[in-house]
Order: sequence, then structure tokens, then C-alpha cells
Amino acid sequence: MPDFGYTINKQRVIDLDKNDGQTVRRVRQLEPSINICIGCGTCTATCSANIFTEFNLRQLMLLVTRGETANLRKDIEKCMLCGKCMLACPRGVNTRNVLLAISRIFTENE
Amino acid sequence: MKKIAIIGAGVAGLEAGHVLARKGHNVILIEQKNTTGGNVRNWDRLFPNQREASEVYQPLIQQAVNDKLRILTDTVVMSAKYEKNTHRLTLSNGETLNVDAVLISSGFRVFDAHRKEEYGYGIYHDVITSADLEKIMAVNQKVRTTKGKEPKRVAFVHCVGSRDEKVGNTYCSKVCCVTAVKQAIEIKQLYPDAEVFCLYMDLRMYDRYFEDLYREAQEKYGVTFIRGRLSEVAESFDDRLQIKTEDTLRGKPLKFNVDMLVLMTGMEPTSLAELLATEFNIHRGDDGFFTPEDEHVNFNISRREGVFLAGTCKGPKNIAETIADARSAAETIINYLK
Repeated sequence: MPDFGYTINKQRVIDLDKNDGQTVRRVRQLEPSINICIGCGTCTATCSANIFTEFNLRQLMLLVTRGETANLRKDIEKCMLCGKCMLACPRGVNTRNVLLAISRIFTENE
Repeated sequence: MKKIAIIGAGVAGLEAGHVLARKGHNVILIEQKNTTGGNVRNWDRLFPNQREASEVYQPLIQQAVNDKLRILTDTVVMSAKYEKNTHRLTLSNGETLNVDAVLISSGFRVFDAHRKEEYGYGIYHDVITSADLEKIMAVNQKVRTTKGKEPKRVAFVHCVGSRDEKVGNTYCSKVCCVTAVKQAIEIKQLYPDAEVFCLYMDLRMYDRYFEDLYREAQEKYGVTFIRGRLSEVAESFDDRLQIKTEDTLRGKPLKFNVDMLVLMTGMEPTSLAELLATEFNIHRGDDGFFTPEDEHVNFNISRREGVFLAGTCKGPKNIAETIADARSAAETIINYLK
């Protein structure tokens, strides 16, 4: 059979039915304030870690709530836990604890 | 003829006073400040059509004069007692009033931007508030930086003192979004070459014409809208203002320098609200604004018999809403006194 070079692209849609719902449920349990984020970006704007790295806390929290957790373990390592984001958040999300909760979930699963 | 005390001679108080006086009632306006007309007096032009604010507040002030209403300025109610269908009010000028009904129209105060210290108000001279900009426009019809130059780049910051847990105001002040769009257009009209930015979390263009104004700001005036909340302001190397936000639609932190920063300050209950709530025994919400007994139908009635509510003392409102609410309150009082 000759190889015509055709491939089937993997779908790139966010599939909420297949995504990681378990992590988001556990994060919500450990730090319910993640639910009230409105994605304004104040946390990311004030973050000291993201000037030189690709760390984006607003996006990270959004990815968690969508169950897009494939790169999560590597991403959270960039946070220095300084807590500036928590001081700046206009909604009162305990952003620092969201990070700690995610980290705790990885420990639990080990 | 019944006697009615109106607390607060802003838009709501003046309009309600006029309606009640026309019905032959004896109206006394009690105003904390030394002038009537309320906050709108500090405004130059109104959204959505840039109409001069004085066209609205001058007739309101004039009709109170024409109606020969008794107006007590620099006066506040110190205490209130209610017995036998009469409200006995003790005023700061030592006078005691016995009235049949009380209308509370104590309005709002503009959020004090000093409380949002990271935005640099009172620290950097070219950080001003939306209310400051109106005053500057009203007096000079032009805008200059502290160095006397035309601003080449101006940014407007939405939601200052609104939707912000950190200052204790979790509600939306409703009128700031459209005011920012109006003021952004005004800067572009004055200085067509200036670059103008609006930093927003959500744009709440809720009323008729607002969406058109937003489109016009983009289409005709080239105002740039960035979805991100300002995190902090600092002095830049070239002696301008450096602002930091996240461009949330791009997903990257963003910084740029501006000549002038305008903070869209929201509405707060007046400093009198607490005293009035205690003295008249009426409800206040967690946000500090007065709460009527029924939010949908009887929205001018308070918990205390014979005490009525109108205008922005019940939460953020624009001028047309305030006037409509004042007329509704007057109508409610007229029926109550029959």
C-alpha cells in the first residue's frame, strides 16, 4: 500500500465530556473561590513570574475549569507563591491557594 | 396642605419637590452641601449625546426657586422620631421640623480614588478621575498635562471603586462604562492625533444608544479597547506614567506609557446613609445603599411608615432613571397623604 501522506487531524475542540473533570471538581472543593473568577487578568498583570516565563495565572485557572490539565503540572512550577495576585484580585479569589490546591491534588494522586 | 421634608436636593429631591409643590404640598428641602443640584452640577456634558449638563440641572434648580420651596443648605438631619403619624426631625441648625412624610433622596458620592493607591491618584499629578476630567472640561474646554502639554496618549480605567472586593464595593456602578466611552470620544474630538485607550473588564453598554456610542468610538474615533484590569501605575523613565495590565484576549501581560490616566470612579452611598438608616430605621443592603420594601413594584416605600426613597440613594442610576424614580416617589407620597 503506497503512502499518500494523508493523515487524520486530531480534533482541537475543547471537549467538556472527555476533558479532565476530576481535577476541576477537586480544585473547586479545596478552593471554591476559583468559581468567582471573571478573568480580568489583574493577577497576571501583577505577577512577578510571568515576565520571563510563559506563566499566566488567569489562563491557568481557566484551563483548570475547562479540564485542560495536560500541562498543568509543569505550569504550576513556575509560580513563586509570592501571593501578589491574591492581594490584587478584585473578586477576592484566593489565587495562591488555587495553586497550592492543584499542587496538593498531584501529591494526592501519587 | 401636608408638610413633606426632602432629604437631599439633588436631581431626585428637586424633581420630587417640584411635583409635590405643584400638588399644593408644603415642601422643605434639606441639603447637606451649600448648593442644590447634586453631583450632576460637577458634570460638563452628559452621555450618550454630549448634551450640556447645565441644561438638565439649571431648570431643576430654577423650578424649586419658582415654586418658592424652602431650601435649607449646609443642613443635615441629626435625629428623627416618629409618633402619631408625624415625623419630628431635628436639624443641624437647631431647628425642629414636624412633617407628615419624609422623602430620602440623599444620592451618592463619587468613589474616593485615593483608596485605590496602586492607581497613583494623589501621587502622580496626571492621574485624574472621570469627575476631575468633567470639571477640567467645564472650566477650560481643553485638557493639559501638568507640564502644560496636550496629552498625546490617554488611558481610561474602568471599574475604579466598582466591582472591587478590595475596596468593599462589589457592585457595578452602571454609568462609568458609557461615561468612559463618552470621555474617550471627547479627548479624540479635542486632540484627533492623540491615542486613546480604554481598559475594561466587561463593557456594559446596557441602554439605548450606548452600543452605538461604543461603535462610534471605535469606528469614527479609533479608540482602542483593551480587555484587562489595570494592576498598577508607576512613573516611567521619560517622566510619563507606565501602566501595567494583562491583555487578556491576547493572553500576555502588557505595559505602555501614557501622558494622562483617567480613573472611572464609581458611585458609593453618601456619608449620611448610615445616620439616616439608623434614625429612620430603614433597610440598607450589603452595599450600603437603601433598600425599599419591594424592589419591583413599590420601590419608593421604605420599612418605616411615611418615609420614602428616591434616586441614587437606592443604588447607581443615570439621570433619566433618577428623574423617573423621583416622580414615582412623589406620586406614591401624594397617594399616601390623601
